[in-house]
Amino acid sequence: MAAFPWHPRSRNYTSEFESCRLEAVLVEFGDYHPLKPITITESKTKKMVRKGSTSSTSSSSSSSMIDPLSSVLDGTDPLSLFAATADSVTTAANTDSTRKKRDKDDSLVVGSDFEPWSSKRGEILARYTTTEKLSINLYMSSEKGKATTPGSAVSEKVRTRLEELDDLEEGSQKELLNLTQQDYMHRIEDLNQSLKDAWASDQKVKALKIVIQCSKLLSDTTVIQFYPSKFVLITDILDTFGKLVYERILSMCLDNRGSLPDNFTPESVNDTAKETCLNWFFKIASIRELIPRFYVEAAILKCNKFLSKMGISECLPRLTTMIRGIGDPLVAVYARAYLCRVGMEVAPHLKESLNKNFFDFLLTFKQMHGDTVQNQLVVQCVEIPLYLTLYSPAIDWILQCIAYRAPEILLTEMMERCKKLGNNALLLNSVMSAFRAEFIAARSMDFIGMIKECDESGFPKHLLFRSLGLNLAMADPPECDRLQILNEAWKVITKLKNPQDYINCADVWVEYTCRHFTKREVNTVLADVIKHMTPDRAFEDAYPQLQSIIQKIITYFHDFSVLFSAEKFLPFLDMFQKESVRVEVCKCIMEAFIKHQQDATKDPVILNALLHVCKTMHDSVNALTLEDEKRMLASLINGFIKMVSFGRDFEQQLSFYVEARSMFCNLEPVLVQLVHSVNQLAMETRKVMKGNHSRKTAAFVRACVAFCFITIPSLTSIFARLNLYLNSGQVALANQCLSQADAFFKAAVSLVPEVPKMINIDGKMRPSEPFLLEFFCNFFSTLLIVPDHPEQGVLFLVRGLLNVIQDYTWEDNSDDKVRIYTNVLHLLSAMTQETYIYHIDKVDSNDTLYGGDSKFLTEINKLCEAVIAQILDHLKTLGQEETLKRQSQLALYFFNSILAHGDLRNNRLNQLSVNLWNLAQKHGFADTKTMVKTLEYIKRQSKQPKMSHFTELALRLPLQSRT
Amino acid sequence: MGTALDIKIKRANKVYLCGEVLSGVVVITSKDAVQHQGVSLTMEGSVNLQLSAKSVGVFEAFYNSVKPIQVINSTIEMVKPGKLPSGKTEIPFEFPLHMKGNKVLYETYHGVFVNIQYTLRCDMRRSLLAKDLTKTCEFIVHSPPQKGKLMPSPVDFTITPETLQNVKERASLPKFFIKGHLNSTNCIITQPLTGELVVENAEAAVKSIELQLVRVETCGCAEGYARDATEIQNIQIAEGDVCRSLSIPIYMVFPRLFTCPTLETTNFKVELLLTDCHM
Repeated sequence: MAAFPWHPRSRNYTSEFESCRLEAVLVEFGDYHPLKPITITESKTKKMVRKGSTSSTSSSSSSSMIDPLSSVLDGTDPLSLFAATADSVTTAANTDSTRKKRDKDDSLVVGSDFEPWSSKRGEILARYTTTEKLSINLYMSSEKGKATTPGSAVSEKVRTRLEELDDLEEGSQKELLNLTQQDYMHRIEDLNQSLKDAWASDQKVKALKIVIQCSKLLSDTTVIQFYPSKFVLITDILDTFGKLVYERILSMCLDNRGSLPDNFTPESVNDTAKETCLNWFFKIASIRELIPRFYVEAAILKCNKFLSKMGISECLPRLTTMIRGIGDPLVAVYARAYLCRVGMEVAPHLKESLNKNFFDFLLTFKQMHGDTVQNQLVVQCVEIPLYLTLYSPAIDWILQCIAYRAPEILLTEMMERCKKLGNNALLLNSVMSAFRAEFIAARSMDFIGMIKECDESGFPKHLLFRSLGLNLAMADPPECDRLQILNEAWKVITKLKNPQDYINCADVWVEYTCRHFTKREVNTVLADVIKHMTPDRAFEDAYPQLQSIIQKIITYFHDFSVLFSAEKFLPFLDMFQKESVRVEVCKCIMEAFIKHQQDATKDPVILNALLHVCKTMHDSVNALTLEDEKRMLASLINGFIKMVSFGRDFEQQLSFYVEARSMFCNLEPVLVQLVHSVNQLAMETRKVMKGNHSRKTAAFVRACVAFCFITIPSLTSIFARLNLYLNSGQVALANQCLSQADAFFKAAVSLVPEVPKMINIDGKMRPSEPFLLEFFCNFFSTLLIVPDHPEQGVLFLVRGLLNVIQDYTWEDNSDDKVRIYTNVLHLLSAMTQETYIYHIDKVDSNDTLYGGDSKFLTEINKLCEAVIAQILDHLKTLGQEETLKRQSQLALYFFNSILAHGDLRNNRLNQLSVNLWNLAQKHGFADTKTMVKTLEYIKRQSKQPKMSHFTELALRLPLQSRT
Repeated sequence: MGTALDIKIKRANKVYLCGEVLSGVVVITSKDAVQHQGVSLTMEGSVNLQLSAKSVGVFEAFYNSVKPIQVINSTIEMVKPGKLPSGKTEIPFEFPLHMKGNKVLYETYHGVFVNIQYTLRCDMRRSLLAKDLTKTCEFIVHSPPQKGKLMPSPVDFTITPETLQNVKERASLPKFFIKGHLNSTNCIITQPLTGELVVENAEAAVKSIELQLVRVETCGCAEGYARDATEIQNIQIAEGDVCRSLSIPIYMVFPRLFTCPTLETTNFKVELLLTDCHM
C-alpha cells in the first residue's frame, strides 16, 4: 500500500472553544440540585400512612428530593421507628418523677469513667516480677472421678463428689518445685485452660477442684515479691470460673419464654436453676480451708442474683468480715481487693461494704509491722520498703473503688483516718493515686506537708512525690500555691541520690512545670535533670523517661522559637546518645513541629535547631534502614523544608535549599522536594517580576535552573528524573531560559532508552509502559510550544523523540507504541496550525518563528507520512486470530484521530478512514454501541458550517448489525 | 437400647414435708411399642442402723447389723399388663406422705451408723425374654418447721490453756486467751450457725482456727447402746497469725444431708456437737 499523505484539518481554536463551552445558567434558589442538602418535607409522615401507594408514586409526587433509602420502604423504616419510640422514652424519662429512677439505674452500673481492673492487670504483671524459683502445689487429677455410674442415686453421687473433694485436700498432691516465673505463669495458664476443658466436658467437680487448688495458692506467700502478679493470674481463673457458673445457671433459666432480661428478678428463675445455684453455694460452704472458700464464693457472688434480691447485699458484709480471719496482712489486703473488684462489678451501689473493707484494713494495719511478718521478711531477704510497695496495687484498687463518685466528705474522712495512723506513707500514696486528681490538687500543700512528715524508713518518699506529681499533671492546684508547690517538691526531688528514683519523679513533675510555668522554669528543670543524669552516664538507663520528658515539653510548648531559645533544650537532646533513641526523639520533635507550626518561618534559632534535628535523622539512614522508615524520615524533613520561607529574600531561600541538598543527599524524596521547591521559587520570582525579568532576576532564575539541572541526575528513580526534567524544563521555558529548557528536554529524551521494563511501585513489580505512555503525552503537549533551536534542524526534539520511540524495545503484545504514534500525529497536526492552541508569554513558538512556512509544513507532513506508515504496518501485523480484537480497537482509535485531526475532504484520507471503519467492524469485535455513537457524532458534526463533507462520509460508513 | 424408664419428681429439690403429697411422672421412652406385664411404683422409707466396730467389736458389727426399720412402704400399680405405644409415655402419680400408725416419718439423714432414706422405685415387669426394668430415685423428707419461734439462746465462751481437755502437759502450752460467743446454741437447721471469736492474746503465732461439726449417733442394740461421735465437717475460720482483739466471724452452713435436727427415738438418736480446735 502506498504511503498516505497527511492532510491536517485547520482549526480555529477560539471559535471551537466558544462553541463547545457550556452555557452558564444561573441556578435558581429552590431548584432541584443533586448536591443540595436533602430537605425533609412535612408530607413525609402522611405518606407513610398511605399504605396502598407504592414508593415510586410517593417519591414522584414530592417536588423535593427524598432519601432513596427511606423511600424504598413502604412505611416507616424499622430503625427509625425504634429510634422514635426510644426518643419518647427518653423524653418521658426526663420528667422529674422518673429522673430519680434513672439515677438509681445509673448507680447499678459502673460508668466508663471507672478505670477497669483490666487496665491495672498488665501494669501489675510487669511491675512485680521475680527471678527466684517458685513452687506450685497441685493435685494430679485422679481417675476416680470418672468412675461414677450415671445411674447411681443422688446420695451416692453426692458422696463420691464429696469424697473427691476430700481426696484433693488430703492426698494426690504433687509439689512442683523450682519453677521460673515464666514456667509458673505457663502452669497457671494451663490450669485456666484445663478448667475450661473440664467445664466443657461436663466435669464440674474437676473444675471446682481446679479452682480450689488455684485459690489455695494465694495463701502461700513464699517469694513474696511475686505475690501481686500471682494474685492477678489466679483471679483471672476465678473470674473465668465465676463467669462459667453464672452463664450455666443463666442458660438453665432459658425456657420457652426465651432468655431472661438483664435485670431479672429471682421470681422469674425456675426451680431447677435455683436448686443448682444453691448446690454450688452449699458445696462451696463446705470447703474446709478459709482462703479457697472465700475466693470461690466471691467468684460466684453474682449468682446470688438467682436466689434472692437481697442475696448480694447480705453476702458482701459477711465475706468482708470473713477476711478478718486471714492472718497475713498481705494476703488479707488482696482478698479485700478481690472482694471490692467483684463487688464493683456486681453491685456497685453497695458502697458500705467497700468502706467497711477499708476500715477493717486500717484496723489490721499494725499487723504489717508485727513479728510474724518481720520474721518472714528476714527469711526471704526482702526489705521493708520493697515489701510495702507490694501493698500498693491492692490498696490503690480498694481506694479507687471507694473514691468512685464518692462525695467530698467521704474522701476527707478517709484522709483524716489515714492521718490518724501517723501519716503513713503507704496509705498516703494510695490515697493520692486513687482519689480524684482535683481533690488532691486542691490540697497539694497539705499533702506536701504530710509527705515531709513521713518517717524516712519504710515506704520510699520519691514514690509519694511521684504520685502527687501525677495528680498535679491532671488537675490544677490553686493559683497562689503553684510556684510554692514546685519549689517545695523540687527541693526534695533534687536531693534524690539514685538517678532512677530521681528521673522517675522528674519525669512526672516536668509535666506540671510545663503546664503552669514559662520557659524559664522549664529551662531550670531541664538544667537540673542534665546535672543529675550526666554523671556516670546515668542517662543511658533512663532513655524512656527522658524521652517522655521531651514529649511532655513539646505537647505544651507549641511555639518552637520559645522552645529552642531555652538554652538547656539542645544540651538536653545531647543526652540521647544511643542512635535509635535519638532518632525517635527527633521524629517526635519534627512531628510536633509539622503539626503545630502555623506559618512559614525564617527564625534562625528554629532553623539551626531543626536543621540539626533533621540532620540527625538523615544521618541515621544506612543501608539497613527500611523503606518505610526512610519514607517517614523523608516526609518529616520535607515537612520542615516546606515550612521554611525567607519571604522576599529569594537568594537566601535558594542558599538554604543548597545547604539542605548537601545535608540530606541520602534521602531521595527530599531531593525531589528540593527540586520542586526551587522550581517554585523560580516561578515565584517570575510572578514578582510580572514576567519581565531584570538582569539580576534573570541571573537568579538561571541559578535556580542550574540547581535543578545538577540535582536531578543524582536521583535513582527513572520516572522521578523524567518528570522532574520535564517539569524543570517547563519552568525554564516559562522563565525564558530557552537553551536551558532545551537541555532539560534533551536530557529527558536521552533518558527514555534507560527506562526499565518493570518498575517497583509500593513493593510490587509493575510494567512501566503505562507510565511511559502518560509521560509521553505530557511531553508532547509541552513540545508543541518549544521553539526550534536555530542551529539544529526543524523539529529537532520531536525527531529525537521519534527515534527514541522507534528504538525502544516495547512489549511484544502491547500497542502502546502505536498509541504513542497516534498521539504524535495529534501533536504534528497541532503544529501545522497557523496559531497554536496555547503559548507561553514572551516565548515565540514555532508558529511565529516559521509563520506557516511551506518548507516547515512539508517537513511535518513527511514526518506524518512516516508515522502513518508505522501505524498501518502495525495494524497489519495484528491480523492473527488472537489479536483481532486489538486490531479492531486500534483501528477505531486511529479512525477517531483522523476524524478529529485530519482533513477528510482529501479523498485518500477519506478512503483510509472508511477502510479503518470497516476494519474495526470486520471481525465482529467492535462494540455496536460505540459505533452507533460515533456515527451519530459524525452526523451531528456535519451540520456544523464547513463540515458538510461529513454527511457524505456518514453515508459511506455502514453499520454492521450483530447477528 | 430399647426402652428407658425414668422418674421425674415434680419439685426440683426433691424435698417434701411430712403430710404433703409427693407427685411426679414416670416417663417411658421407647422406639417401638412395648409389651409388658405391668408397671408398678413403690415408695419406701427405712432407717438403717449399723453398729460401730469401736463399741461392739468387729465381728458383732459385721454380723449383728440391726434389721432396717421400715417407716413407710406403699406400692401402686400404674399400668395394667398390656402394650405401651412407641415414643414417650408420661404417667403421672401422687403419693400422700402420711405417717402410718405410730411410725414417724423421720427426716432424711445420711450418717455413719444411722441412715434414713426414702426412695421411689418403679418396676416394669416384662415377659421372660426381656429383662425387667427398674429405676430408683431418692427423695428427701424434711420435718415441717417447728411451731412457735425458737428462742435464741446465745452463749459466751472462753478458751484458755486451762479449759482444754485431754491435754497431757499443760505447762508446755503457750499462754493464750480466746473468747467469743455463739448467737444461739439451738440452731434452726436451715440457717447457718453464727457467732464471733476474738483472740485477745496468744503468745505463739496462731496458725489456724477451725470449727468442727461433730455428730453423735447412738444406736440401740442387744447389748445396750452404742454411742459414737464422728466429724461431719471441718471449717477453717482463721488462717495465719490473726490480728489480736479483732472479732472473727464464726459461720457455718449445715450440710443438709448429713445433719438433721437433734432426734431421739427408742432405737436411735442423733445429736450435734460443735468443737473448736486451735493449733
